[in-house]
Amino acid sequence: MFTGLMLNTWIAATAVAVIAGVTGFFAVLRGSTFAAHAIPNGAFAGAAGATLLGFNPLAGLAVFSVAGALGIAGLSRRARSDVATALTFVMMLGIGALFVSWSTEYAQEAYALLFGEVFGVAQDEVLPIVVLGGVSIAAIVVMFRPLLLSSALPEVAAARGVSARRMELAFLIVMALATSMTVPVVGALLMFSLMIGPAAAARALTARPGLAMTLSVVIALVTVWVGIVVSYQTNWPLGFFVGVAGAVFFLGGRAYAAARRRLAVRVA
Amino acid sequence: MGHIVEPGFFASGPVHIALAVGTVIAITSAVVGVFTVTRGQSFAGHSLADIATTGGSGAFLVGVNQFWGYLAFGAGAAAFMEMIGVQRRQGRDVATGVVLGAGLGLAALFLYLGTEYSSTTGASFTILFGSIFVLTASTVPALITSALLALATVVVLARVLLLSSLSPDIAAARGVPVRAVGALFLMALAVSVALSAVIIGAVLSTALLVGPAATALRLVKGPVRAMVTAAGIGVLAVWLGILLAYDSYYWPPAGRGWPVSFFVVTLVVVGYLAADLRPQARRVALPQNADTEQACSPV
Repeated sequence: MFTGLMLNTWIAATAVAVIAGVTGFFAVLRGSTFAAHAIPNGAFAGAAGATLLGFNPLAGLAVFSVAGALGIAGLSRRARSDVATALTFVMMLGIGALFVSWSTEYAQEAYALLFGEVFGVAQDEVLPIVVLGGVSIAAIVVMFRPLLLSSALPEVAAARGVSARRMELAFLIVMALATSMTVPVVGALLMFSLMIGPAAAARALTARPGLAMTLSVVIALVTVWVGIVVSYQTNWPLGFFVGVAGAVFFLGGRAYAAARRRLAVRVA
Repeated sequence: MGHIVEPGFFASGPVHIALAVGTVIAITSAVVGVFTVTRGQSFAGHSLADIATTGGSGAFLVGVNQFWGYLAFGAGAAAFMEMIGVQRRQGRDVATGVVLGAGLGLAALFLYLGTEYSSTTGASFTILFGSIFVLTASTVPALITSALLALATVVVLARVLLLSSLSPDIAAARGVPVRAVGALFLMALAVSVALSAVIIGAVLSTALLVGPAATALRLVKGPVRAMVTAAGIGVLAVWLGILLAYDSYYWPPAGRGWPVSFFVVTLVVVGYLAADLRPQARRVALPQNADTEQACSPV
């Protein structure tokens, strides 16, 4: 279980879990869960287009995910962000449908992009994931304080000269870059579950931002590691275990928070 | 190529069904969509579409009629979202996201098990994009019945729904059961979205739910006018999209037709952008909840 190809799987999945835990924390805090769903899923259109034109699919993924981030941020200036996200998302997928209809052999690859091929990570795919993960996390660490302020208290942030719009754009672009590298490995669906489930559970467990982000990373790691072991044994898709584990952790976190609140009331 | 309407368009059986079903879905989605956009539940609408199609593949696995799979999963997901707090604006997206994550996980499992037994690889693709041209006439009555059901729910609830969408506190003070109304709406949304997702794909279903309604709320004031305008825009986009897709069988590069979903989505998004960018002096700086304010103003 720890040799050859599986070693690549462990390294890639660990890097992905750390990226997802960190970016997911902010996605949940900011309420950008729809964008977290739309960007990785919509980016697959870029991979389809790049394959059609004979480019590297990674380039297509990167271009489309950043274009998606720009589209969401641009449309959000004049409309509610859920409407902006929905319209950007369907446009990307509509273009994707067109690309796929033009090419003849893409349907199988599209399936891989949606659901990932975590047990088939090649040696040369590991380094880009780790490097890009490092870059995304570095970007978030650099932006940490202003991003946190503008996520939690947008008015205070604006008063201190932190532009909410610019912060939104910066965050969406980091999320786009993080997902464009991870999508071919773990799939768009898994990336989404891994960003939202652990972060939502962590937020339910604690209100302290630093601790919540750490917890979010830890839960994401545990989810992925356990998922890989179980998936390896049963042959069932990893996406299933991660998706369900996310919901279970979230419900567990909520139950714990509710129990603690009840206890606090009784003590007081 | 070169004709606006290529020969055979009005004589084709699949085109008739596609036009009829597309019209029903466009109208239902537009009316439900006005409330969806006003309440800020576009994400829930899209998630329910995705999850309902998961139910379809699950029903296929256990050998039940897929129709019940769609409805069961759509309604179940709506109930689950409601339970973990989709009604409160704060944290609603997270509740939706967690349910969607679990739903997509199940989709991965069902598709895996499905391909293992029947080795149909195009399944995931059909789920996302659907195909309005491969409808069979036997699904039409069921679709129309449930669309009418969703439509009737929303129309009957319209007044209380509008009030509780715009100011839950006033609605509660007037004795409106805000939570029950919200739950009923979520159910209607689930039913309408589930069926349209199955028939035209999750992508197109979201486009028709959000696009025409958001465009109409930009263009006109008042909920009734918004619903009528949205329905008109939706129907127009579907008809034009079907016409273009039919014509595109004669277009390069492949010579086997461009997808309907591409045309309809493009028309819907272009329409929205045109309405949004329309020069208008009185709206220099748009407030964040502009959609809500427009829906709020008297008819």
